[in-house]
Amino acid sequence: MLDDFFIRALVAGLGIAFVTGPLGCFVIWRRLSYFGDTLAHSALLGVTLAYTLEFNIALSVFIISSLIALILIQLQKRTNLPGDALLGLLAHSSLAVGLVVIGFLTFIRFDIMGLLFGDILAVTADDLLIIWIGGPLILLTLKLIWKPLFASTVNYELAEAEGLNPDRAKAIFTILMAGIIAISIKMVGLLLITGMLIIPAAMARNISASPQSMVIYSVLGGLLSVILGLFTSLQFNTSSGPSIIAASLFLFILSLVKIKQSIKLKN
Amino acid sequence: MSLNQNILVKLKQAGFRINGKWLVKGVSLQIEKGKIVTLIGPNGSGKSTTAKIALGIYKKIDGEVEKYTNKVGYVPQKISIDWTLPLRVNDFMVLTENLKDEAINEALSLTGVIHLKDKNLGDLSGGEFQRVLLARAISKKPDLLVLDEPVQGVDFTGEIALYELIKKISDELNCGILLISHDLHTVMSATDHVVCLNGHVCCSGSPLDVAKNNEYKALFGEQASQTLTRYKHSHDHIHTNEGEIKKN
Repeated sequence: MLDDFFIRALVAGLGIAFVTGPLGCFVIWRRLSYFGDTLAHSALLGVTLAYTLEFNIALSVFIISSLIALILIQLQKRTNLPGDALLGLLAHSSLAVGLVVIGFLTFIRFDIMGLLFGDILAVTADDLLIIWIGGPLILLTLKLIWKPLFASTVNYELAEAEGLNPDRAKAIFTILMAGIIAISIKMVGLLLITGMLIIPAAMARNISASPQSMVIYSVLGGLLSVILGLFTSLQFNTSSGPSIIAASLFLFILSLVKIKQSIKLKN
Repeated sequence: MSLNQNILVKLKQAGFRINGKWLVKGVSLQIEKGKIVTLIGPNGSGKSTTAKIALGIYKKIDGEVEKYTNKVGYVPQKISIDWTLPLRVNDFMVLTENLKDEAINEALSLTGVIHLKDKNLGDLSGGEFQRVLLARAISKKPDLLVLDEPVQGVDFTGEIALYELIKKISDELNCGILLISHDLHTVMSATDHVVCLNGHVCCSGSPLDVAKNNEYKALFGEQASQTLTRYKHSHDHIHTNEGEIKKN
């Protein structure tokens, strides 16, 4: 029953969940959900460029997403537009440019749906390699910058005053965000990656008292969402990305029940 | 390196402006090991800005800052913490440096909030949170402590105890302290050097010198000056049990 492609999808999905768990916590803490969205939207441009230039997709997405992040930082410094307007500008324009470029690539048959929402069948052995090398690299880097990143998330000036160099940590974190989007785009699809980052972490927030426990629950929630989602997708022949996200939503709703109970206990 | 090994931070004609408007300008001061330097001045006179210049939070400054230590503890005047973060007092204590449990307990006991160790930061009262902030700053045994109105919101008896604690810490750890305080009594009793700011250094020196300074009087009024001198006066006599006043 368990076909090769399914095992591959499972291994890939679990690898991604290990990384989105902790990163997702920071996305919530630092209020970056729309920033994640913007990077993900720009990923389409990365994919089309990869096809045009016959380049590795993950690498291409990584480069384009990092570039968009850099442009964003520059625009923030040089214009008086509010941050969310700039994010919207970059998200939709890079998505639009990506789609326009696709229109020119008539010689390649594109699976747009797969690109937007993820495709289990698309996961190859090479993708697994990228996920299981890139993923641990991202996690390791995150562990190294954890202290300054977390401290500056709580309070920037404290971190800066006590010599933790928060600006560097923030820049590295941005690159890590581009990294996770690059390695998970095939699996979850570019419209749903932010969901994979936010929803398990949001679920974890509901049931955690400390940052560490939130990270752990967020990882567990992500892993469980991948398993539940992929089995559903196999059963009902639904696309992988939406099934995983729907599963994580299910877990989030369960965590709300837990909140209700603890409120009752307090009263 | 400086010739004087005791210097922790030195500001030379330091100033900071935003969009062409000076927040503070031409500040020169130095903080040495075991010494308490206090900044006083009216609202908007650049006290917090000066502290942030000394800490290196503001980078594009005029003048120079020489900092000879990285072991810094900071209690900001305003701190906005996102209360949606799941953060207990215990997590907050190790925010910028990993500490042994004993060090955490010791600091929390000193500021009288050890019982709050496992509480969520968002559930604390203003005064409790202020004590936790102070505990966090001293727990890492810094060379330099920067305390921006560290006892705001703390009850009256607690305020006195915490100022005594700050004095004790400066002696025991031999660390330099930059203190911003509105309480002129405190300034008088604990401080080695006072810098009176009003957008620039209006006067500086020992507490008594500053109290006698005319610019200081103009800024704070005669009353404040008398507060300082009267306090000083109390050191050269004692009150006997019979209620008599005896000169030393």
